Amino acid sequence: MGAEESYPEGLKYHKEHDWAKIEGDTATVGVTWYAQDALGEIVHFEGPEEGSSVAKDESYGEVESVKAVSDLVAPLSGEVLEVNSAVQEAPETINEDPYGRGWLIKIRLSDESEAEGLMDVAAYRQLLEEQ
Amino acid sequence: MQTLRRTPLYERHAALGARLVPFAGWEMPVQYTSISEEHRAVRTTAGVFDVSHMGQLKLEGDGAHEYLQGRLSNDLDRIGPGEAQYTLLTNEDGGITDDLIVYRREDRYLLVVNASNTEVDHRVLSETSDVSGEWALLAVQGPEALERLGIELAPFTWRDEEVLGVRCLVAGTGYTGERGCELGCDPSQAPALWDAIVERGVVPCGLGARDTLRLEMCYPLHGNDITPERTPIEAGLGWACALDKEFTGVDVLRRQKEDGPAERLVAFVMEGKGIPRQGMAIAEGGSVTSGTFSPMLQRGIGMGYVPADVAEVGQEITIDVRGRPQPARQVKKPIYERKDA
Repeated sequence: MGAEESYPEGLKYHKEHDWAKIEGDTATVGVTWYAQDALGEIVHFEGPEEGSSVAKDESYGEVESVKAVSDLVAPLSGEVLEVNSAVQEAPETINEDPYGRGWLIKIRLSDESEAEGLMDVAAYRQLLEEQ
Repeated sequence: MQTLRRTPLYERHAALGARLVPFAGWEMPVQYTSISEEHRAVRTTAGVFDVSHMGQLKLEGDGAHEYLQGRLSNDLDRIGPGEAQYTLLTNEDGGITDDLIVYRREDRYLLVVNASNTEVDHRVLSETSDVSGEWALLAVQGPEALERLGIELAPFTWRDEEVLGVRCLVAGTGYTGERGCELGCDPSQAPALWDAIVERGVVPCGLGARDTLRLEMCYPLHGNDITPERTPIEAGLGWACALDKEFTGVDVLRRQKEDGPAERLVAFVMEGKGIPRQGMAIAEGGSVTSGTFSPMLQRGIGMGYVPADVAEVGQEITIDVRGRPQPARQVKKPIYERKDA
């Protein structure tokens, strides 16, 4: 079964329901509880190649549930340092632990100032309430 | 926007926290917990589906038999009172207007049709009465379905019987490939029947699991795998067509059976991780008509039309998964074989 609904403090949120944990010039990226719940049981994660570039607000991969496919939107731009191979092997990890073991990619940021365009947890919760 | 219709079980679905979606003009539960969990419940124990959205047409009296025999593809003479039959309603071109189950009671017939086609079917079969509003319909499916309800029933037979205190039409039919039944009852009785079934430990299942279950069995879905532009011969449903009798479009079907169709509906399993979806192109020709992730095989599975010379069990085809060519292997239908089958 999936995780309990939560939106941790300290993360930055993108309106397409992605989160980013920024540490210096790198960031870990994943999808929020809301996104995984809307998709249902995730059965496939199609990630980018390590070493490739991702651009803020653009698709960098896909997650698929039994019923539907959804684009993954990059909250920030940069170079892909690592793709979570554990999630590729066991995509349901995204449902079980979306902010922990279910992270998707780590990137080296090409423009740290982009983070200013993302939401904090309060703003993201506000967005969810409006939906 | 047209208002969505609700079945008599809507309050039950909402109370269970089901995800409700529009389907064929109805607000229906797509899942209660997860599609995979509900799917596995039906394959291993028992699940219950609200299928009250489906349409019912009735025809009785002198001439009913001849009327339907001249318009439905299967041979009604093959079934007697208390029996049911899978059959097709075809058009002048041999295309499939709908697929349905006909239940026979002496010279009275009940047709259970797809929700989205009820009006069209009723227009074509203008002698019938649309009695959809008189019925709620629950499907109880799975290896333990019948014993949980305390009934014995042979496949494709039906009778009137009280089930868990509710007067029902009990039919040995379904859309999952498992043993089980479909229960028709008065809409006012449906919530009590649903509660009694769920109290027996039968798992509520949504339309999501219904779709993955039927696709593992290669049961066609009208609107996807079969349409008014596709014939039973192309779809591999020749077994449900009595070409030695007269019915709408039979000449086209006889000719097509003789000549062989240009395309055939095939079943396939993905070799890798991609998941096929409706509308994806097949590199060898044709396209995917249904695709999903099979909870039993833990792989992408699908059906699609391919050129007749490509259609061959064992032969590889290539599915265009959003720009990525992904290999798939054609398999014998059904895709998933029940262990005790």
